[in-house]
Amino acid sequence: MGLLSDPNRRRALISLLTRLNAPICVVCYMAGVAWFMGLAFEPFTLRTYMSENAMGSTMVEERFPAGERALATGREFAAHKKKAGGMPVDWLVKTMQSHGLEVFTQRFSRTLPFPDENKERYMVKGTNVYGILRAPRASRTEALVLSAPCTPGDNNNQAVGLLLGLAQYFRSQVFWAKDIIFLVNEHDLIGMQAWLEGYHHTNTTGMDWSPLQGRGGSIQAALSLELSSDVITSLDLVLEGLNGQLPNLDLVNLFYAFCQKIGVLCTTQGKLQRNDWDSVSGYSHAVQTMMLMVMKQASGRSWGDHGLFLRYHIEAATIKGINSFRQYKTDITTIGRLMEGMYRKLNNLLERLHQSYFFYLMPSLSHFVSIGYYMPAFGLLAVILLLRALDLWVQLTAPPPRTEDGLVDPEQMSSPGVLSVLTPLVISHLTGVALYTLPIRFQEMAVEHFPVSETEAVVLTAIAVYTAGLALPHNTNRLLSGGGTEQGWKVLKLVAVLYLAVLLGCTALINFSLGFILAITLVPVAAFVTPHVPKFPSAFVMIVLSPACTLLFSVFFFQELQEMPISFLDGWMLYLSVISQGILDHCLYGSLVYPLIALLVYPCWLIFWNILFWK
Amino acid sequence: MAPHGCSYSALLLIICSVSVFIVTDSQDTTLSGGHHAAAVEDNPQAATEAAEKTSEQPAVEERRWEATEVEEATLHEAAADKQDTPAPETEAPSPVPQPKDDFQEELVIRPLHSGDIYASFQFRTLWETDFMSGNKVSHYRLFPKSLGQVISKFSVRELHISFTQGYWRTMQWGQPFQPAPPGAELWVWFQDSVTDVDGTWKELTNVLSGIFCASLNFIDSTNTVQPSASFKPLGIGNVTDHRFLRYATLPREIVCTENLTPWKKLLPCGSKAGLTVLLKSEKLFHSSFHSQAVHIRPVCQDWQCKTTSWELRQTLNVVFDLHTSGQGKREWSLFKMFSRTLTEACPLASSSKIYIDITDDPQGELFELSPATPLLSQAMVLGDRRTFSVYDLTQPVTFGTVRSLNPLIRWKSSEGDMLRPLLHAERYVAGYGLQTGEIHTLMYNNHPYRSFPVLLLDTVPWYLRLYIHTLTVTSKGKDNKPSYIHYQPSKDRLRPHLLEMLVQLPPNSVTEVTVQFERALLKWTEYTPDPNHGFYVGSSVISSLVPSIVAMDTNITMDRPLFSSFFPCKEESSFFVRVYTEPLLVNLPTPDFSMPYNVICLTCTVVAVGYGSLYNLLTRSFQIEEPSPGLAKRLANIIRRMRGVPPL
Repeated sequence: MGLLSDPNRRRALISLLTRLNAPICVVCYMAGVAWFMGLAFEPFTLRTYMSENAMGSTMVEERFPAGERALATGREFAAHKKKAGGMPVDWLVKTMQSHGLEVFTQRFSRTLPFPDENKERYMVKGTNVYGILRAPRASRTEALVLSAPCTPGDNNNQAVGLLLGLAQYFRSQVFWAKDIIFLVNEHDLIGMQAWLEGYHHTNTTGMDWSPLQGRGGSIQAALSLELSSDVITSLDLVLEGLNGQLPNLDLVNLFYAFCQKIGVLCTTQGKLQRNDWDSVSGYSHAVQTMMLMVMKQASGRSWGDHGLFLRYHIEAATIKGINSFRQYKTDITTIGRLMEGMYRKLNNLLERLHQSYFFYLMPSLSHFVSIGYYMPAFGLLAVILLLRALDLWVQLTAPPPRTEDGLVDPEQMSSPGVLSVLTPLVISHLTGVALYTLPIRFQEMAVEHFPVSETEAVVLTAIAVYTAGLALPHNTNRLLSGGGTEQGWKVLKLVAVLYLAVLLGCTALINFSLGFILAITLVPVAAFVTPHVPKFPSAFVMIVLSPACTLLFSVFFFQELQEMPISFLDGWMLYLSVISQGILDHCLYGSLVYPLIALLVYPCWLIFWNILFWK
Repeated sequence: MAPHGCSYSALLLIICSVSVFIVTDSQDTTLSGGHHAAAVEDNPQAATEAAEKTSEQPAVEERRWEATEVEEATLHEAAADKQDTPAPETEAPSPVPQPKDDFQEELVIRPLHSGDIYASFQFRTLWETDFMSGNKVSHYRLFPKSLGQVISKFSVRELHISFTQGYWRTMQWGQPFQPAPPGAELWVWFQDSVTDVDGTWKELTNVLSGIFCASLNFIDSTNTVQPSASFKPLGIGNVTDHRFLRYATLPREIVCTENLTPWKKLLPCGSKAGLTVLLKSEKLFHSSFHSQAVHIRPVCQDWQCKTTSWELRQTLNVVFDLHTSGQGKREWSLFKMFSRTLTEACPLASSSKIYIDITDDPQGELFELSPATPLLSQAMVLGDRRTFSVYDLTQPVTFGTVRSLNPLIRWKSSEGDMLRPLLHAERYVAGYGLQTGEIHTLMYNNHPYRSFPVLLLDTVPWYLRLYIHTLTVTSKGKDNKPSYIHYQPSKDRLRPHLLEMLVQLPPNSVTEVTVQFERALLKWTEYTPDPNHGFYVGSSVISSLVPSIVAMDTNITMDRPLFSSFFPCKEESSFFVRVYTEPLLVNLPTPDFSMPYNVICLTCTVVAVGYGSLYNLLTRSFQIEEPSPGLAKRLANIIRRMRGVPPL
């Protein structure tokens, strides 16, 4: 601070920063990206360790014996499901009752804003069935949840079978201190959303559900089970929840510890961890795993049924059984024992899981990058925006250069009116509002006039509004009399750069991945755009780096990471469906990515677009 | 249907005896009524009983004689006086007329609908003395001295304390005989002579904490309330000024053996003889529900109620689980429940009985009971006419030839649907996030056509700031205006919220009471050692007179005279029920305590460096000063000054 309070040194520092602004920005950008890529390098990451004492030191012995019976129950469930053509409610109620649970059902219905073509549903009606195992001598204050989805077709029958088997086995044990809720939810996330809203008596998305009759107090942790084969090769842990929320790292540690103990292959993002971190392929494997997590988290959607629990401060994860062509198979009894062990440890919890990290990235299941390590990568990008803002500020406050005759250029002196800054801001935000509201509002009209389905109508309207926004500079300039001044665009850019810095900063705090991906693409745009750069190449670069194109590249990149590369046409179709899914996630579960992009990020990008076409 | 005819007269007798007590606590009164009525038997069965008695007479005499020997060895026991057997010849009459005391013990076993089994012990010590009239009582026999001293020192008129581990599942088990909330509950009526009620209450809780080895000393003004209507005295006396009432619950209290041992020590026979031998902690705490209680109240000695005597009732309720304790087999015996069998009654007890509820099974088709007992008893319990098989432990014939009693109940069929109790309630916290929330209390009236009023008592700790203007009571989608509301707002760190409401529950409906709250941010020393566990909010208490199941039956098919059944009489038409909801666990906004040192360091650094210098920068006005001369110049100047030459 002494540096700043000395005017001479301050002047020197500022002149240094303004003189070297562009090189510093480039260095920061490179450093930010390099730092991020370095995160996956194993020596730079930490090994996971159990922080919670209540789960760490105590030993549990897993004895679940009834895997075969669970499979038989699963087959019975499948038969009843086929007969009922959906959720076999009566059969489930009867079975759970015979296992000694208190059984309740919940009906729900939801009409989607437009048909979901991926899952082929529009008007959804369903029933959740849940049974509560009451812990002996406990006062209904705490509960754990084990859920399995009832999906159409032949999927997840084994999961429901194992759930019922575990319920029966758990019921005869004496050590439970928390109630355990066994939930079979229909229509995956919609059913889960209905159940959670019913349990907590909230209604954030306008769903119709019947109130719950039985509860178990505050839910401490939840696991969702997905299992579609009798034997599996590995278990995959899915963490990413709604809006990029993650469960406490201790839940991951718990899963990993039990996989190690029982000897089950475990993966995250479907990637087995490798031991050769020092080889190039080992490193790129870790980068791929981490990038997959970043992409999934940035999408802001719930990648399993667990994702909706996180809003209610319930630590939750989805465990998926994967059956590939490996030799080494694990039978269902072993998975049952794994679940038993995890639940017994969760049962030992004295407090909610809070000791370990809530913000982390995982390059492999045994290593993690905590918020303290990954935030500098974003910080290096954000500092570019601040440097540019400083540069602009200095330019704006500096005394105008004197002309030869010692007179000040009057045109330079006049400070830009508030109007010239405010108009582009307001217009770009109005465009954002249009992008947010119009697609759903105008779907009927679009269907009437064009030969498209509702879903296509929504997506195409969104793209149309987005593209229409590009014509904004003309409209703005028409509104502004006399065109933009040199001072005008500088003020506007200063505002826009600071706006973007705050926006990305807040986003990165809540959802690092989203913030980082947006920063990678938007920061260069914000840094280089002026009215004086060559128009058409810059315009092309800006469009390539705009949020919509970022999403398009992300789709291809994600497919690449999953080792399922697709052709451009398929990619385009996928891109369209991703947009519709994003809008649906917002309407159904309250995901915030779509409104964030439409209402804030896109308008911010439009301001820069406006600056490019200032004159 | 013949037994019903007789039972009617039995009922009348019971009702008469019931009316001695205050009618409000009907589950207590009916049970004690059962004692006073001495379990009226069916006539033919009584005859066979008598025959058996005469045949067993020598054995009886022998046993009785042994018993009195024991009694003589201990203090001259007057309890034996009450026996009608010809034993007491050996006992010398007491020279001083001592106040009589009397001890009764009983165990009620009820096979529950769900396949679980409910065992309820009651031990009743009655002492015809008066602590209050100023005379100092120093000689104790059956009545525990520790409690007697407490009563006289603190001028207690009534004391009710319960320790419960677990939540009573009304939907599966029906109504309990002795309702109690999870954790510890204490309510005391003081004599109106007490001037400093709060001080006395504080001392009393500390003393009781020592007696029962419980954390009752955590009761302070922040969790004590004075309910205006929900808790009325159960003994004699009409003082209902609630200034002398204190009520507190500790929902977090964990009940275990250390509370059971002092509780057992209060019994005359300890855990040596009688029903108490069954009370082994390794089995009692291997159950679904465990509740023990002590109730002290003054009762009348006789019909005129000229003098009062003190009644100490110790109750213990336990529910054993079918799946964990019973290994899934629908078969229960004393041995399976308690891993003990009975061999004798407590020698000090004037009555010692086991009742087994066989109401659900009049023809013996649901379950079978062995050894069969000829004694039957009927009683009105919780608005329902129940039939009990009775084993009288004071009769040696009960123990049979093997000298031990181990009643066995074996189900013949299995079914376990949910019950629909007439009144039940549940409570939960709605909403998410750590700023606000909403407490929902649901009260179910499952009566098909009668509405009845309930008194709802809610005690909420101060750190949940209730927004009382958001209080809504709705039933069947319509606003249900409570006819009486007593609300005492909380004071931070001093006293809790108290909300009492009288609400009419429409028939066959759910009434929902909601109130929003804000979570307070506590001072850092006020957090518990495990702040992320959450904070407990005690159960709400719902007290009500519920129309009884018997009165529900308007189409009387049984053998009753027509003139007797037109107007339902009061005692039958409704019964008192107290329902406790589950306690709540609420998370408050909690700082991260795991790194206080880091937090302190960071805060101090930010304040010292960041704020200080920024403030400095913003407020100071800067001037460019002449650059200070270089080192060489300064040195030169010093030398010049020493030389006396003007500086450069």
